[in-house]
Amino acid sequence: MTLPAGTNGIRQSLASFRKEREADWKAFEALLARVEKRAPRALSEDELLSLPLLYRSALSSLSVARATSLDSALIAYLEALCLRGYFYLYGARRSLRARIGDFFLRDWPAAIRDLWREVWVAVGLTVVGALAGYWLVASDKRWYDAIIEPGLAGGRNPDSSAEMLRSVLYDGGTTHFLSGFAAYLFTHNTQVAILAFALGFAFAVPSVLLILMNGCMLGAIFQIYMAKGLGFELGGWLSIHGTTEMFAIAIAGAAGMRIGTRIAFPGELTRMAAAAQAGRVAATAMIGVTVMLLFAGLLEGIGRQTISSDAARYAIGGAMLSFWICYFYLLRMVRHGNG
Amino acid sequence: MATARNPALLVRPLITPEGVDLRVRLADAGTRAAAFLLDVVIMVIATVVISLVALFGLAGLRAERIQPLFIVWIILIFLLRNAYFIVFEAGRRAATPGKRMLGVRVAARSGAGLTIDQVIARNLMREIEVFLPLSILAARGGTDVADTLSTIFGLVWALLFSLFPLFNRDRLRVGDLLAGTWVVEAPKVALLEDLSQRQDPFSSKFKFSVAQLDAYGIAELQKLEDVLRRDDYFALKAVAETIAHKIGAKVEPVDSKPFLTAYYGELRAHLERKLLLGNRKADKHAR
Repeated sequence: MTLPAGTNGIRQSLASFRKEREADWKAFEALLARVEKRAPRALSEDELLSLPLLYRSALSSLSVARATSLDSALIAYLEALCLRGYFYLYGARRSLRARIGDFFLRDWPAAIRDLWREVWVAVGLTVVGALAGYWLVASDKRWYDAIIEPGLAGGRNPDSSAEMLRSVLYDGGTTHFLSGFAAYLFTHNTQVAILAFALGFAFAVPSVLLILMNGCMLGAIFQIYMAKGLGFELGGWLSIHGTTEMFAIAIAGAAGMRIGTRIAFPGELTRMAAAAQAGRVAATAMIGVTVMLLFAGLLEGIGRQTISSDAARYAIGGAMLSFWICYFYLLRMVRHGNG
Repeated sequence: MATARNPALLVRPLITPEGVDLRVRLADAGTRAAAFLLDVVIMVIATVVISLVALFGLAGLRAERIQPLFIVWIILIFLLRNAYFIVFEAGRRAATPGKRMLGVRVAARSGAGLTIDQVIARNLMREIEVFLPLSILAARGGTDVADTLSTIFGLVWALLFSLFPLFNRDRLRVGDLLAGTWVVEAPKVALLEDLSQRQDPFSSKFKFSVAQLDAYGIAELQKLEDVLRRDDYFALKAVAETIAHKIGAKVEPVDSKPFLTAYYGELRAHLERKLLLGNRKADKHAR
């Protein structure tokens, strides 16, 4: 039996297909390698314009090769090349500056507004926790050690004298190196906030507990100061950074709760889609939380140690709080005006 | 694992706006773990270097000048822990150095471009996947035995998150699930020579009939391609013997490679001709 006619013809036409297109593939590959390393500015105008054309040509080659060729190495090469091109061309990227601007002007406040319900719940939980902490320590002072780790309390406990308690409020400046302390506080608080966020995944339960516990500690420490008549002074000491810090931790908890509740109750979306949607809002809020904690760390590490007047402390704390509230909830109106 | 045996289970459709299905392949759990370990090694080395520099810096300076170095050290370690993954994955290659070495990258499950909030969401969740179990272990080292039961409980709970990718079809981490991302293979593949164009002076003496070419299909053709590209003498000899036996040809062991080259070329042309006429002969059992 003889071979059917045309086998050689097929071989030759496929070989010429490859020979004709190969230059385009190589050119596309070289261009991709360049733009993946450096900014697109490194390309000339012609090269930039040829990029989508070469991409489409590679895609069409892939379709032809899949339909007619059985050279699996060739198909694997084209698939990998097209995928790289696809990710580059359709992974629309804006410049870093535009993205940062967008984040501060739109994304961050929008994410916080989107979380308003959870933020209220988190603030409410903090208050409930604080009341509970206050009441517990007032009823039995042994609760204090259970709520606040002795290491964190810095020697303050229900049996401390008023002078000792007062001294903690007004002389930080001599012992710590200030900005180092601020950096430490910032990293520590951020880690706690990230944990409050990430734990939300377990149906929000751990986030709720963390926020309650945070409130409890606040209430407990307030109780021992109030008992010595130093409540007002402690308020100043805490509020200079605390308004920013507590707000940030409440937002982190709120972000965690959003994720947990959306996974538990996805609504009309599938559970996966609901989780992904919640995750993106929450992640934007979390970047904002990091920025807020940076401010809080600076205020706590530097501001609190150097400013020892109660009035100034309250003024700074109040100003920060009103700044955040205006920024998150009122910036929207400004933008409406701008269209 | 099932996916290790059947790689086709990890292929997902990705249809470009031009209407071509790019068939992305998800990275398997082993690749993911290896990439992560590489990144950990890089991070640990960086930490050690930064700390050494800080230590020697501290030794050389007097006390009042320690402070700036201390701040830099704290901030750098913090950035390394939290920003390493985010910065690299938000970059143009959407991959950390570890991922890049293994030829995988992060992509949005929707097929759209990867946004920065997705990268952040998937990486902040690392906190409960990696650092939580580690800190539970570290706390275990610090406390007494009274705690053992709760430590074990906490560790098992934390490991549920760490091992999450093994429990779902798409190999999603908790972070991937929340961010709407997955990790796909995006290797750089070099264009290899076309085997059917290979000129071998000894190949031309082999001629095959249609019946001999009908013995195999596309699946076998691709296996044969692998063997020829690997160019291992014993594999070539074994495969040549098998094929010669099946199609009733006589081949000397020294002629294995020319014979296979010739058979590959003829078989491919034969099957490509069928393909052109609308018959994709998947394997030797197909007609």
